[in-house]
Amino acid sequence: MTDANALLLALSIPTVTMFLIAMSGSRPNIRDGISIVASICTFAVVLRLLESVMAGARPSVTLVEVMPGLTINFSIEPLGMLFATVASGLWIVTAIYSIGYMRGAQEKKQTRFYICFALAIASALAIAFSGNLFTLFIFYEVLTISTYPLVAHKETPEARAGARVYLGILMTTSILFLLVAVIWTWNLAGTMEFRAGGILEGNIDPAYVPFLLALFAFGIGKAALMPFHRWLPAAMVAPTPVSALLHAVAVVKAGVFTMLKVGTYIFGVGFLSKTGASEWLVWVAGASILIASIIALTKDDLKARLAYSTVSQLSYITLGVALANQMGVIGGSMHIAMHAMGKITLFMCAGAIYVAAHKTKVSELDGLGPKMPVTFICFTIASLSIIGLPPFGGAWSKWYLLLAAANAGQVVMIVVLMLSSLLNVAYLLAIPGRAFFAPPKKQVAHSLGAAASPSDGIEEAPLFCLVPICLTAIGCIVLFFAVGGLYEYLLSIPILPEAAP
Amino acid sequence: MPGLIEANLPALQVVLPLVAAPICAMLGKGSRAWAFATLVAFLAFAISISLFIATYGGQVISYEMGGWAPPLGIEYRIDVLNAFVLMIVSGMAALVLPYAHRSVAAEIPAERQPFFYTAFLLCLTGLLGVAITGDAFNVFVFLEISSLSTYALVASGSWRNKRALTAAYNYLIMGTVGATFFVIGIGMIYMITGTLNMADLATRIIEHGDSRTLRMGFVFIFIGVGLKLAMFPLHLWLPNAYTFAPTAVTAFVAATATKVAVYVLLRFMFTVFGFDYEFQAETLKNVLLPVALVAMFAASLVAIFQDDLKRMLAYSSIAQIGYMLLGLAFLTHTGLMATIVHLFNHAVTKGALFMVAGCFILSAGTSSISSLRGIGRDMPWTTAAFVAGGMSLIGLPLTVGFISKWYLVQAALELGWWPVALLIMASSLLAIVYVWRVVEAAYLKPAPEGVTRREAPLSMLIPAWILVGLSIWFGVSATLTTTAASRAADVLIGSSQMLWEE
Repeated sequence: MTDANALLLALSIPTVTMFLIAMSGSRPNIRDGISIVASICTFAVVLRLLESVMAGARPSVTLVEVMPGLTINFSIEPLGMLFATVASGLWIVTAIYSIGYMRGAQEKKQTRFYICFALAIASALAIAFSGNLFTLFIFYEVLTISTYPLVAHKETPEARAGARVYLGILMTTSILFLLVAVIWTWNLAGTMEFRAGGILEGNIDPAYVPFLLALFAFGIGKAALMPFHRWLPAAMVAPTPVSALLHAVAVVKAGVFTMLKVGTYIFGVGFLSKTGASEWLVWVAGASILIASIIALTKDDLKARLAYSTVSQLSYITLGVALANQMGVIGGSMHIAMHAMGKITLFMCAGAIYVAAHKTKVSELDGLGPKMPVTFICFTIASLSIIGLPPFGGAWSKWYLLLAAANAGQVVMIVVLMLSSLLNVAYLLAIPGRAFFAPPKKQVAHSLGAAASPSDGIEEAPLFCLVPICLTAIGCIVLFFAVGGLYEYLLSIPILPEAAP
Repeated sequence: MPGLIEANLPALQVVLPLVAAPICAMLGKGSRAWAFATLVAFLAFAISISLFIATYGGQVISYEMGGWAPPLGIEYRIDVLNAFVLMIVSGMAALVLPYAHRSVAAEIPAERQPFFYTAFLLCLTGLLGVAITGDAFNVFVFLEISSLSTYALVASGSWRNKRALTAAYNYLIMGTVGATFFVIGIGMIYMITGTLNMADLATRIIEHGDSRTLRMGFVFIFIGVGLKLAMFPLHLWLPNAYTFAPTAVTAFVAATATKVAVYVLLRFMFTVFGFDYEFQAETLKNVLLPVALVAMFAASLVAIFQDDLKRMLAYSSIAQIGYMLLGLAFLTHTGLMATIVHLFNHAVTKGALFMVAGCFILSAGTSSISSLRGIGRDMPWTTAAFVAGGMSLIGLPLTVGFISKWYLVQAALELGWWPVALLIMASSLLAIVYVWRVVEAAYLKPAPEGVTRREAPLSMLIPAWILVGLSIWFGVSATLTTTAASRAADVLIGSSQMLWEE
């Protein structure tokens, strides 16, 4: 199998899976089996590609020419490979988890759910592999559309309203800003290819660079840069596996991944730092980090709190791009992996709590720790990783981002990152803290008598939910020790333009 | 014999449906009239494809009607632009007629159906004639043939809803005013030049130079055609006509009539008056540009508040016509290309959407959005077609709507017209709102109690899905349409610039 074929295979497995799932809709066991097998196959193919890419291969396939000069092209480079690995690897975990969750919570229309899920993964991989801005934009939109039914899944008025906000903001930003930026880039450079060192230098009046960057930064609504972040909390009406994979990994990471990609391969890091065009973005991202953290503190709803935490963490990556140096890019890309691992664990824990105890609010969790020890221990591990303490993966990405801020001479940003860590402690660790140490609240006279009888036994979520949580929690620790290889790998992201042949 | 047919293809293109129309009326009740009309539409489509192939490379076919040499005789002059429009018109007819069988059977009494198909063929004749002829007065004649038959077709919706009669009457008045303006305009340029052949007109207008009469002629033609193509604020006839006409008529007319009118505008502006005619450039910039922008927003906003699906789509058509006029108002190659490619793209999209509306009417008996709640479950294929068409209307990637929008924005950015580029995008956001209202109702709201709705018959679903398929196919691989549009724009710009430079 050549690399190019492997690339196409990786994209087509989830696509074909959609149809298989649709056909086996009436037999849930086969249907769920298919999605697990497909996720494992996809991951295997992606790993096979990763191996080639690490060996220096850069496979590339052109599918069709949409308009003269504008092609749908897939080419793999280190950054995209990283995103693809993270997304497809965590798909396996989520596929297992969703079976436990969807059945445990007795959700309806599961077939539609799995179809859209597979489509979303397919488009996330297509984004990761896209070889030019045009392709990336196309699949960026496909991802938005394919996740809409997932957000609206419950079909209640709240779900409809949430999905409306979701679609509204993502579509508005992408059409109004991103598409204009894409066409502008095409007009300026006459190409859309992702090229090392960027394609804009020499093609644009430096005075316009900040505006173009603004169109991109706000246009990539999936990166949830404030003030266009409202869709992320709104999307929390979705079933938890959706929040876990899509709104901690695939969708939001597609956003910041696009940001990284545009920063390195369209503008070029050197060009950005030379013109100082991203100076303003540093401040906006910094503000976004702090404000979102503070809002997270005020949220009592568990998933809403996690959502705001995500908004804040995503801005770390945007900050990495805006700092416009190599450490920033490395720190940002590393954070894609680290935050994904941590946040997916947190969301899956939130889902497990909902399935097992039907609790959704932080204030209701008092005393739940001893009943669900595994869940809450994993929650603590993931929280520590997000906060950025060793020996958990999150420590490294934060470290490199701090280095980047120091390299760029942004002392204020160092302070911001530190402050943010403190805020993380306050809003994340408080949750397992309450669960383990606060005394259980007196059961308020419940209308159902049976629920009032307190039981001391362990009441964990189904095994299908629990195993994935443990896996990703262990992942957080493994990543801490595996960072050497990851760092080496990320150094291969080309920052400087290739020497003219 | 084949050689003879081939040599006379341009004439056959128009004569075939014209002769077929009265025959159709004599075929009596039953499916015969329908089958005959369908056959004719397919033949017309085949002819237009062969004309398109013959002109795609940039050749121009000049056909002398009755052997009378132009400029005295009537000349049919076909370049890639005409051929492109001919293909849209006849192709839509060939798709709508198979669809019409069930839809018309439900909406029109059996004894009237032969007349319906007669009027349909006449309408087809008129539209094809407008697109093919190279004679200015001949344009007027064919425009009236198509308009008069459309009035009748709209009025035939009265068996379903009596308001079709007032809608048709309204259309009749407005359409006639438009036609009168148009013919007055032609009279004025005839007064100056003494010729009616378009190519001849172009050279003589240059020789004659600018004058007040020429300007008046231009304005009359501009307004007259503006009425026909529902240029905002001359669009008032359109919503009612589209809403109350039988669905097959709406699908056909919405996809073709306004497109042909836009073609007439293009032809007169750039072939007859010339690309560099200064008064025209001023008018486009000061009148057409703002009008197009207002249309994009005002009509989309109104569309958001409609409860009737057909009426909503009608208002959306007015907004989409705004896009076409906008591309024209840029007066650049890319702008013209956007307009021409959107002729095709919008025809495909809107045709599909109106067909879907017809499926809803047939099965659910209504096109009111509020009573289409939960229909996604009962009619999955129809509703999915709506979603796909709706995405094209919004202009999402992988659909034809995206291609149009891309070129439109590119044209605006090339000129450095920032605000216009942003406005184009902002107006497509309004399209999201009105499309998504339907999507939400169809999928996310529970169906009303005690309503049974069956999936539409295949004879209606297949044409609708062919159009949806086209709108996706040419959204993924748009090289054919964009190249054709680019060459057509070359023709329009090239011919006139050559003249003005001499």
